[in-house]
Amino acid sequence: MNWLLAMSQTVLFVALAPLLAGWIKCCKCRLQNRKAPSLFQPYRDLLKLTRKQPVVSDQASWIFTISPYIIFSAMVLAASIVPLIAVDLPTSASADVIVLIGFFSFARFFLALAGLDIGTAFGGMGSSREMTISTLAEPAMLMGIFALTMSASTTNLSLAIDFVLDEGLVLRPSFIFALLSLMLVAIAETGRIPVDNPATHLELTMIHEAMILEYSGRHLALIEWASQLKLMLYGVLIANIFFPWGIAERITPGDLGYGLLFIIGKLAFLSILLALSETLFAKMRLFRVQEYLSFAYLLGLLGMLSHIILEGAR
Amino acid sequence: MNIEQLDFYTQAILSLAALVGLTSFLMLGQGRLLRLIFVFAVQGFLLALTTAAAAYSLSNYHLYISAALTLVLKVILIPWMLRRQVLKMNMHRDVEALSNNTAVMLGGASLMLFSYYILHPIVQTSSLVMLNALAVSLSVMLLGMLLMISHRQAVAHVVGFMSIENGLFFAAIVATHGMPMVVELGVAFDVLVAAVLFGIFFLHIRTSIDSLDVDLLNRLSEVDK
Repeated sequence: MNWLLAMSQTVLFVALAPLLAGWIKCCKCRLQNRKAPSLFQPYRDLLKLTRKQPVVSDQASWIFTISPYIIFSAMVLAASIVPLIAVDLPTSASADVIVLIGFFSFARFFLALAGLDIGTAFGGMGSSREMTISTLAEPAMLMGIFALTMSASTTNLSLAIDFVLDEGLVLRPSFIFALLSLMLVAIAETGRIPVDNPATHLELTMIHEAMILEYSGRHLALIEWASQLKLMLYGVLIANIFFPWGIAERITPGDLGYGLLFIIGKLAFLSILLALSETLFAKMRLFRVQEYLSFAYLLGLLGMLSHIILEGAR
Repeated sequence: MNIEQLDFYTQAILSLAALVGLTSFLMLGQGRLLRLIFVFAVQGFLLALTTAAAAYSLSNYHLYISAALTLVLKVILIPWMLRRQVLKMNMHRDVEALSNNTAVMLGGASLMLFSYYILHPIVQTSSLVMLNALAVSLSVMLLGMLLMISHRQAVAHVVGFMSIENGLFFAAIVATHGMPMVVELGVAFDVLVAAVLFGIFFLHIRTSIDSLDVDLLNRLSEVDK
């Protein structure tokens, strides 16, 4: 029964990811005085792409064709270990947050390989930029996570959420820093505006788009879906770890319904924040990204320090 | 006693203390003078909030007066004076290129660790929970000194000096239940007088070496340029 529930939660996760992307696009359009596309536009795009025939260069090796499937399945597996509407599910008990980061870097590794594989200038440039950013973002994310896990004394996500729920409303300095650092890292890792612009195909500035320039058809659909999933994963992580109230602790239909409603509300709010920041800030120069990410790292480090200094037991 | 057993005001004070530490780090990495002054004002504001929260939770009413003094002096008056001087000397467009910024930041983090290590035995002797923030206040002082070392503009040095004073004030709040009013008033006016004097110094430095870049003072003669 629990396994069935975990599976259906993962399916729900995967199914809701394009809706979140559509909602963010909708908020951004409203904020920028443009007419918004329908909320379900990402689904239509994905459907259209799957119907089209993928065109693969004759220079491409097997890595190029297999990468979209690997990336997508890594993201689905990552989605299965993040509690969405209920804690204490068997899938989230089996793996912790380090494994989650491992899934992310596994997917990124194959994405970078696929960008290099075809041999175009843009692919190689995008891969090198992506790896540069991720080498800086990963330590920052781990620092933020460590600040969190030192309080909860576990790296398991559902146990950490249980800890926060049990404790009630406590103002922890380390959580403030961890939240800020995770938000900065999430923006960098999902390629949103101060770091990368998801809506542009301008050659000089693109990072994520440069790697997937050669993809078409269902391959492109899978990669797009995977990146929407990644965005949603980060959103759910932030929403459920720091503000877990409303998540279902017992497996009853009523609790699960509330859990779903709450997580949709939290994600909608977070995406409004994201759309606001994307509207207010301009994209940074590429060489300033390391300053941005070292600030995120510093926040994570300060989170750990303030856990030790300020929250120490006597 | 762990943080979850404390009352909400003490938790808020500890969180604000962490944010005061964060503003010190922000100042350290700031190359633009106007933004530096703004962050300094934010630090003053957080300090005033901390003082007010401490006044409420200790029900020590004369701390309200020092909170108000902090608000007036360090959030409004001194930042306004510094800002006016920067605008008058037309330095608000200069961006100071900070050499090895990352190293300075990491040095700042290790200073924070160092102050924790130094103060750990002292903090253990007392049961006052707010004393945990003493390490943060010491690191605010040390970070102010680091700011003075790592920046070259005289205005940045003044901001560093003022933030050292912020650290001292913060230490006084968390370690004691507020100093006597006479001392606090004296310190507050000293700071004000210092700010005025620094303005005059700016003027003199500027007329003699035609810049506020303090590194130029290292050259003694005009020959070896």
